Amino acid sequence: MAASEIAQRKQLLAVESLTKVFGTLKANDGVDFDIDEGEIHALLGENGAGKSTLVKMLFGTLQPDGGQILWRGNPQIITKPSFARQLGIGMVFQHFSLFDSLSVAENIALSLDAATPLSKVSAEAERVADKYGLSINAEAMVGDLSVGERQRVEIIRCLLQQPDLIILDEPTSVLTPQESERLFETLELLRREGKSILYISHKLDEVKRLCDRATVLRHGKVVGHCIPSEETPSSLAAMMVGENIHTIRKVADEAAGARETVFSVNKLSQPPTGPFSTALKDITFDVPAGEVFGIAGVAGNGQFELFEALSGERLQKDASMILLRGEAIGNKTINERRMAGAAFSPEERFGHAAVATLSLADNVLLSRHASDAKAYLSGGLLRIAKPSALKSTLARIVKTMDVRKSGDNPDAGTLSGGNLQKLILGREFDRQPSLLIVDQPTWGVDAGAAARIRQSLIDLSKSGSAVVVISQDLDELLEMCDRIAVMSEGEMSEPQQASTVTRETLGLLMGGANAGQAA
Amino acid sequence: MIRIELEKRAQHSAIFSLTSPLIALVITAVLGAIMFLMLGKSPTAALYSYFIEPLTEMWSIHELMIKAAPLILIATGLSVCFLSNNWNIGAEGQFILGGIFGSALPIMYPEFTGPMVLPLMLLMGIVGGAAYATIPAFLKARFSTNEILSSLMLVYVAQLFLDWLVRGPWRNPEGYNFPESRTFHADAVLPEIWFASGRAHWGFVFAILIAVLMWFVLNKTLKGFEVRVLGLSPRAGRFAGFSSNKMIFTAFIIAGGLAGLAGISEVSGAIGQLRPVISPGYGFTAIIVAFLGRLNPLGIIAAGLILALSYLGGEAAQISIGVSNKVSAVFQGLLLFSVLACDTLIHYSIKVVKSARGKAAL
Repeated sequence: MAASEIAQRKQLLAVESLTKVFGTLKANDGVDFDIDEGEIHALLGENGAGKSTLVKMLFGTLQPDGGQILWRGNPQIITKPSFARQLGIGMVFQHFSLFDSLSVAENIALSLDAATPLSKVSAEAERVADKYGLSINAEAMVGDLSVGERQRVEIIRCLLQQPDLIILDEPTSVLTPQESERLFETLELLRREGKSILYISHKLDEVKRLCDRATVLRHGKVVGHCIPSEETPSSLAAMMVGENIHTIRKVADEAAGARETVFSVNKLSQPPTGPFSTALKDITFDVPAGEVFGIAGVAGNGQFELFEALSGERLQKDASMILLRGEAIGNKTINERRMAGAAFSPEERFGHAAVATLSLADNVLLSRHASDAKAYLSGGLLRIAKPSALKSTLARIVKTMDVRKSGDNPDAGTLSGGNLQKLILGREFDRQPSLLIVDQPTWGVDAGAAARIRQSLIDLSKSGSAVVVISQDLDELLEMCDRIAVMSEGEMSEPQQASTVTRETLGLLMGGANAGQAA
Repeated sequence: MIRIELEKRAQHSAIFSLTSPLIALVITAVLGAIMFLMLGKSPTAALYSYFIEPLTEMWSIHELMIKAAPLILIATGLSVCFLSNNWNIGAEGQFILGGIFGSALPIMYPEFTGPMVLPLMLLMGIVGGAAYATIPAFLKARFSTNEILSSLMLVYVAQLFLDWLVRGPWRNPEGYNFPESRTFHADAVLPEIWFASGRAHWGFVFAILIAVLMWFVLNKTLKGFEVRVLGLSPRAGRFAGFSSNKMIFTAFIIAGGLAGLAGISEVSGAIGQLRPVISPGYGFTAIIVAFLGRLNPLGIIAAGLILALSYLGGEAAQISIGVSNKVSAVFQGLLLFSVLACDTLIHYSIKVVKSARGKAAL
């Protein structure tokens, strides 16, 4: 018995002093760790700590410059992903590797044997999806899916290959608590089946709840191995960040009820904007000055459409559907709304909030050329940009938000996700807007930067602005918000007081129950 | 085990941004030398007569400017299109329509003379080219039609329309049935810049002025920023409050207008009448010019002169070493190919990986 017990827990994968160098940056520097069969192993680290690089080497999309990878005790050179799959390594990427113009089933078929007929792929995918509680329409075009839905496709695709080792990069960021719970059950089921899982997450309590062992990376080096169940979330975070994370200060505000309404949305309805887009139905809410208003919900329930309607990227015929300090702005463009005092921060950082191949100063100009035309443009109708003014604003943002970057004014694409998010929000804070609408403020951002971002959003509201936060992370909303409403299939629930509402109530509202049922 | 890897640079390389066109030129010259060798000609003599000889005489430098003017004008307009992600391949057609619109005045009203004729002709040329370019722009903005196909196909329409005009309604009544329009009267001819030394006309001056102006607009103003943002990411552009649809029209109208100006300048300055063929493919060669110039109007001035040299060199090589002038097209193709290949170096570095782990695996 003892012998078989040991045989069951034998080592599946080991990594020995793995090193990867990009130019002068050591992305991975002598990384060591190992995973046993039937183990859920956590990989913890801030953005830019080298987790993605490490994982890419395990999956064969990058080649190490030194060290070796042992699979079942044998050294292997994993030259390409197909070889990794052949070994039995499956991967769910953080940045999805899906083709927008293909359907879900076609995307899945791409990673399977060429001989599998598409109809069989659809059926298989839906079966696996049901089993693991990841509802998905196999015929839908990936381009029309939300971020959350895309991630589900990635997870299903990976599970279909029946790998021995599954690498999951931030898998729960877009799931409801109930769905996360189902995913954990799935992962535990897989563990009982003897499969191994490499689990990358910033959610420390998840790691603590789920993982057998953890490896912590900082600046490309392993700073420690630990057993998460013996640690506290804050001791894990301290290992990861290398400093104690400060906790959010939320001062009770007695005058909240008496404050003037800054922003109100009245019966906002909008038909679907594409074949797989969600219609908005009768959305109504008010946000007074000094309040952080949270909008929860699972991805793809109309949050994206709501953001577009509120930002003015999509206009409404009836101007009075959206009021900013009493002024009807429903038919105003995004820049007219900015000039009226609003600021916006969308979910996607690259390609929406910022352009990766433009410099940071140009990215400041991107959202502020109209609202701060006097500061950044000269020459009258010629509208000549003033690089010096932009650079001094950039320096100010970098200083207040602690944005870490290389060089004076690098391309936005060189920043890590967390630092870019700090810059994007800092760009709007710097204007002192009377209304800020932010979608997924801390998606994929490490714990240290996330805490800072949440604190700065609260600080903005305390200075008298209205803040609307759209997020799929309930912990975040409960931590920051005064009131929380839930989006489900394009409808919005009654706002709930964050101080009294339970996670179960919110979870039920996300699932489509109405407030009466939920309470 | 040795592999060659392309590794994405964290930041685009400033050195290769500047040197990649030069590397491309060197590669083109080497490949050209090999081609001449295979044709049984001396590569040094061929390359000399191709690239050096046309620069040794004053008249020939004037010819260089004549050929460079339309290339620079068209490529400057195309740079706005390409930077904003609008793939206008139909500049050849817009060039022809510019020539036709501008020529309408001296051909249909030859009795109308005076100093107003030329400015009106140039204006009509711009309008003609711009109007023709709005067709693919409208199709793209309204129906999401692929502008590469629609703009390219309209080139053939323009060519056949010109052919029909000079054989039919606009044929010179005193022209012994040759398929040509009447020759323009003196007020309708774009004058030479410096008559004493050669026949280069004011089209070259327009080209330089407009390229410099466009450089300023693209690099210093908010409009130029808008062009680049919409080209890099339409959604980020929408977030910035810019309109993709308006940019489609702006870019096509600018490119079409400049191609039209090039067309009427060529007809009025270099030819002096309408003929069935008024362009040796300037509209297509300008695509190479735009990319060789890195979509930067100042770079385009240099690139335009280099490609103009390939036209002259083709003619010179035909005479002096007896190769087909189709060699010009081969050179242009090689050049575009090398330019696009060398551009890889800007965003990627080449790395030769010697894997020692091969041994460890054993």
